[in-house]
Amino acid sequence: MSLVLVGTSHLLAPVEDREQVAVDLEAAAELAAALADGGEAVCLSTCNRTELYLVRGDPEEAEARAIQALGAGAIELYRLRDEDAALHLFRVAAGLDSLVPGEGEILGQVRSAYEAGSCGPVLDRLFRQALHAGKKVRTETAIAESPSSVSSAAAALAQQVFGDLDGCRVLLVGAGEVSELAARSLTKRGASISAVTSRTQERATYLAARFGGRAVPFGTLADELEQADVVVSSTSSPDQVVSRDLVRDRKGRPLFVIDLAVPRDVDPEIAALDDCYLYDIDDLEAVVSESMSGRWREAERAESITSHEAERFRDWQASRDVVPAIASLRERAETIRSGELAKAESRLEGLSESERRTVESLTTQIVNKLLHVPIVRLKEAAATEGTGYVEVARHLFGLAEDKENRDPK
Amino acid sequence: MAELLFWPALLAYGEAAVAYAGDVRHPGSLGRLATWGVRIGWLVQTALLIAQAVRADGFPWDTWAGSLNLFVWLVVGAYLIWGCRPRFRLLGLVVMPLAALLLAVSYAAGGVDASGESGYSTLFLVLHVGLVLAGFAGFTLAAALAGLYLWQERQLKHRSSTVLRFRAPSLVTLESLAARTVAFALPVLTLGMAAGFARIRHGSELDPLIVLTVLTWAVYGGFLLLRFGAGWRGKRAAYVTLAGFALVVALQVSLQMGHFA
Repeated sequence: MSLVLVGTSHLLAPVEDREQVAVDLEAAAELAAALADGGEAVCLSTCNRTELYLVRGDPEEAEARAIQALGAGAIELYRLRDEDAALHLFRVAAGLDSLVPGEGEILGQVRSAYEAGSCGPVLDRLFRQALHAGKKVRTETAIAESPSSVSSAAAALAQQVFGDLDGCRVLLVGAGEVSELAARSLTKRGASISAVTSRTQERATYLAARFGGRAVPFGTLADELEQADVVVSSTSSPDQVVSRDLVRDRKGRPLFVIDLAVPRDVDPEIAALDDCYLYDIDDLEAVVSESMSGRWREAERAESITSHEAERFRDWQASRDVVPAIASLRERAETIRSGELAKAESRLEGLSESERRTVESLTTQIVNKLLHVPIVRLKEAAATEGTGYVEVARHLFGLAEDKENRDPK
Repeated sequence: MAELLFWPALLAYGEAAVAYAGDVRHPGSLGRLATWGVRIGWLVQTALLIAQAVRADGFPWDTWAGSLNLFVWLVVGAYLIWGCRPRFRLLGLVVMPLAALLLAVSYAAGGVDASGESGYSTLFLVLHVGLVLAGFAGFTLAAALAGLYLWQERQLKHRSSTVLRFRAPSLVTLESLAARTVAFALPVLTLGMAAGFARIRHGSELDPLIVLTVLTWAVYGGFLLLRFGAGWRGKRAAYVTLAGFALVVALQVSLQMGHFA
């Protein structure tokens, strides 16, 4: 049985092409069931890729079916087989094939595709190993630890100051989309939006209601600053909104200020105050850029993990191919041994029960010793050289003929 | 026997120190390797101390070198309580090389072979030396936490782009842990000092070491008053913790020169 992968991704096709073959989970399940048809099939479809994994006896036929399902050559597709296909899936699950290396969403998408697919022993093993590889990469490397956007960097920095953000009070100055994004990142990590202030009261009220905070007038900024632990400012004001004199003595309580506005809202002098930490958009972008390069560095380590997993899969697949041949070989040897003993029955009549057992044991040992090295070599060769050696062994020992003789079909 | 146990303990502490350094560059499996180094090293050192205690007639750590051996065990033991969490691995980078170095110094100075033939009673030494050293171990850890706090604070204040590359515990966590460690260590030191004072005969002179110990106690006592009474936090609190630790180092050095001799 061969594993075949046919698909397209953001690395090969523009979104206009990808959207032609993108399917939702329900349709992916139906497509997999239709393609399986006695074999195995899984359809993995995300916004960045649509891929079909098929297992069939005839790989050419499997490829043709998959290509047909993916627009019959109307868009550019990649085609991979066996170990290469496995390595590709492991890289996908590890987030190494994503726009942002190590992104976490893909692992859930691979799991959903696996659960919706029509899996047999090969795809079941492949996808379980892919999920394992994805988790392993994320636990053994720091690929997924660093933030990949300005808002997540701001939240990660707030965590470096406060640790757990549970109970952290956030003041939003300005109620635009940028504030909303930052607020979402902070609340996701446990912070609570205590107050929103904006020159547009309507928008402030909307955002405050959305995050369970209070909409407060601009004039109360100094009082709100005193209560806050984190301040996110992103107004479109041409002048500074948060000046140094508005920040009262913190008495050892840290204040983390995120200035996302251009021109800047927050007086840079605030950074010099004790217990105050101020980050503007440039600082945050520098942090994101550094953490992205960190992700790429970690990606190199992740590649070796996925390669190792692909090798394990190849060994497993090879052992699947070689097991029937080994079983036939043993069976044939045992048939010959017991047949020859039966022929010599008349000449062994004079032997005692104990002597008879010795002869039985002796012949079994000779057969086992003769077969040991060929079987070990066969397993090794199947893992490293593919199934060619298995075919040779079948030919040399007449295993195929045996099978044909027993099963004329 | 003690010698046989010393080398694996030193090797494990050394391995932990090297692995912690490697973990800074490639976080993950090296960090776990370091953690196991600390655990195994500490267990082996525990066996070493037990072997010394069994072999000795009295309290086997009443020499300066012997007390250093015990001190290292206390520091690593205290570090083990929470130091093996991934976020505290940077602290291991400070604690474990120091532990390996001090253990090697203790060995070189004969601390592993301490015979324990002491002029003092065992109970007195256990109470006095044991408690004072446990207090010092706590102050050492508090100083490491304060140092890590100042490093992290500087990174955040200077808006270093690499601030998220080497993840340390948060400022609030470090500050609160340092304060709690001092709050635990000071009463232990107080008890150790009380045991020592109980031995001072009426009319005998106070040696400079006792004065230095009292000064250390006063600095940490003042720190706790300011921290929990007046809400002193942040950099100032970290500096006071480090100042107290400077006195602990001075005390350890003075012990070598005078008290144990």
